[in-house]
Amino acid sequence: MDFSILLSDLPTLVVVIVGVPLVLAAYIVGGEFVVRRLPDKNRPQVRPWIWVGPAIFLVAAILFIPAIFTVIQSFQDNHGTFVGWQNYANQLSDFPSGGAWIAIRNNIIIWLIFYTLFVLAFGLALAVLFDRVPYETVVKSLIFMPMAISSVALGVIWKFMFWYQPLGSAQTGTLNAIVTFFHHDPVAWLQDQWPNGLAVLNNLALIGAATWGITGFAMVILSAALKGIPGELLEAARVDGAGEITVFRRVIFPLMMPTIVVVGTTLVIFALKAFDVVYVMTNGNYNTDVLAFRMYNLLYLSHNPAGASAVAIILLIAVVPVLIFNLRQFRAVEARR
Amino acid sequence: MSVAAAARTESTAAFGSMQWVSQRLGRIVLHVVVIGLTLAWVVPTLGLVISSFRPFSAIATSGWWAAISPPYAFTLDNYNQLFAQSNLGTAIFNSFMVSVPSTVIPVTIAAFAAYAFAWMKFPARDWIFLAFVGLLAVPLQLTFIPVLKFYVEHGITIENLTALNLPPWVGLWLAHAGYGLPFSTYLLANFFRALPSDLFESAEIDGAGTLTVFFRIILPLSVPALASLVIFQFLWVWNDLLVALIYVGGSPEVAPLTVNLAGLTNSLGQGYQLLTAAAFFSMIVPLVVFLSLQRYFVRGILAGSVKG
Repeated sequence: MDFSILLSDLPTLVVVIVGVPLVLAAYIVGGEFVVRRLPDKNRPQVRPWIWVGPAIFLVAAILFIPAIFTVIQSFQDNHGTFVGWQNYANQLSDFPSGGAWIAIRNNIIIWLIFYTLFVLAFGLALAVLFDRVPYETVVKSLIFMPMAISSVALGVIWKFMFWYQPLGSAQTGTLNAIVTFFHHDPVAWLQDQWPNGLAVLNNLALIGAATWGITGFAMVILSAALKGIPGELLEAARVDGAGEITVFRRVIFPLMMPTIVVVGTTLVIFALKAFDVVYVMTNGNYNTDVLAFRMYNLLYLSHNPAGASAVAIILLIAVVPVLIFNLRQFRAVEARR
Repeated sequence: MSVAAAARTESTAAFGSMQWVSQRLGRIVLHVVVIGLTLAWVVPTLGLVISSFRPFSAIATSGWWAAISPPYAFTLDNYNQLFAQSNLGTAIFNSFMVSVPSTVIPVTIAAFAAYAFAWMKFPARDWIFLAFVGLLAVPLQLTFIPVLKFYVEHGITIENLTALNLPPWVGLWLAHAGYGLPFSTYLLANFFRALPSDLFESAEIDGAGTLTVFFRIILPLSVPALASLVIFQFLWVWNDLLVALIYVGGSPEVAPLTVNLAGLTNSLGQGYQLLTAAAFFSMIVPLVVFLSLQRYFVRGILAGSVKG
């Protein structure tokens, strides 16, 4: 490996690491300098825009305005001519296996339901179990560790977990070694479109890998909520003769519901944006396509930005309920201030 | 009192009684389940790390578990080969050049904006803030095509920037900054708002200007929030694949480690043993950041659990 680049490009490194913060500091100091030269009564009108301006500008330029352009482009062909709903018709043709339908099904049914459920169930179970052992911090950080790894590395890790060799050869993948140990034929986890070509199994394998990576996130938040439940409440329930399972079902679970909902909405967004795991592990083959991956392929492989825009808008439509829910939650919290 | 403490106080049954036995048994089952689940969680990573130190002949014929019993045959071959044939040095340099500014720019700009949102009055303030909250959930995919088009039309391309002697990552920095801003602003504004207002009032009576209040009072008080945000954004950018693929995916000389690794997964048909080494190599920086600053990272997740 050639590390000499680190030395030869040292000037760039220094310029970037020192230069960027310097420009930002110069902006705000310069802005204040200008504001102070203004007449007294104008200052409160100008000052907020100096402070909030760069954020509004960047968000508008990188997120808001491009999103609107994408909406417009989804109604145009690749030469900018208005074509009405044609792009959507192309993507939504040939139900149930043509166009974007496989990606829509995988994303909006399989990923959304199973990813969210798996992560919440594991996160909650781990939070409750770990709360009862003295070595909680250690086990928690081990579960949490995959959060720090990129989804690309995660994909590689799980490619090896799911590794498949035909029956008779030595199984070098952990899961197939376990499966064959119990005298079952090895399973081609990522290719097997069980049942009947519906491709539930391999999609669940991808979701399993993604779940492994994100459970620590759910666990940490749920665990914090669990610690917030007053101990007197649980003790009162136990004194009244409730068993541990009843305490969980009737006291802990209902009290944690608001947190579970918040984590759940975040997970729904993650599920809808799934990309890296699919890209690395199956490249969308064997009916494991998802919307984000389809959009990327339409853009870079098929050079069809119009189709890609339509797919992006389908993704947006799927996210809208969550978006509205988030805004209502936010307003409810604001109202309580 | 925590749930754990409450659970512990219940072990009051007399020594040797039926109830005592069942409680003991329950504790043992609990420990077995907890340790079993944790081990199951560690196995995938452990398997990869062990595999990366095994010779190719061993990887192809037996699983990683064969290596934890004698004869031990660990080797650095995979790493040597990997470093010899791929440009990992460039990739890791690029990862830093992408991640550091892509963290500094949005966090700084978000801090400016959060100060205004929290403590200044201006028209449409609450509506703009609401728009930021709404944009938290908007898929980034929606923005790629127009932003790319804009970059190409206005010369913010890798070739142009290199020709002008500017860092070629400028387009990627701005994109990451824009994508990270709604979350950063939201988190910091909530934090700034919770600071006691008499602090600022007394400072202003003493004649301190806006800049002094910001740099001398707000920022020092917000170190925990800023730290967790910096770690969050840094790891997010370091680990990002999609945004990097879109904006610099076609240029290996400026692409970060994740793009390099993803490329290896698709191109290394027979050389898949190198992948184990490459994957472990790519995990080192985020794991060091995470393990040394875990406390702040967790705090950041708890403070705002929605990332756009």
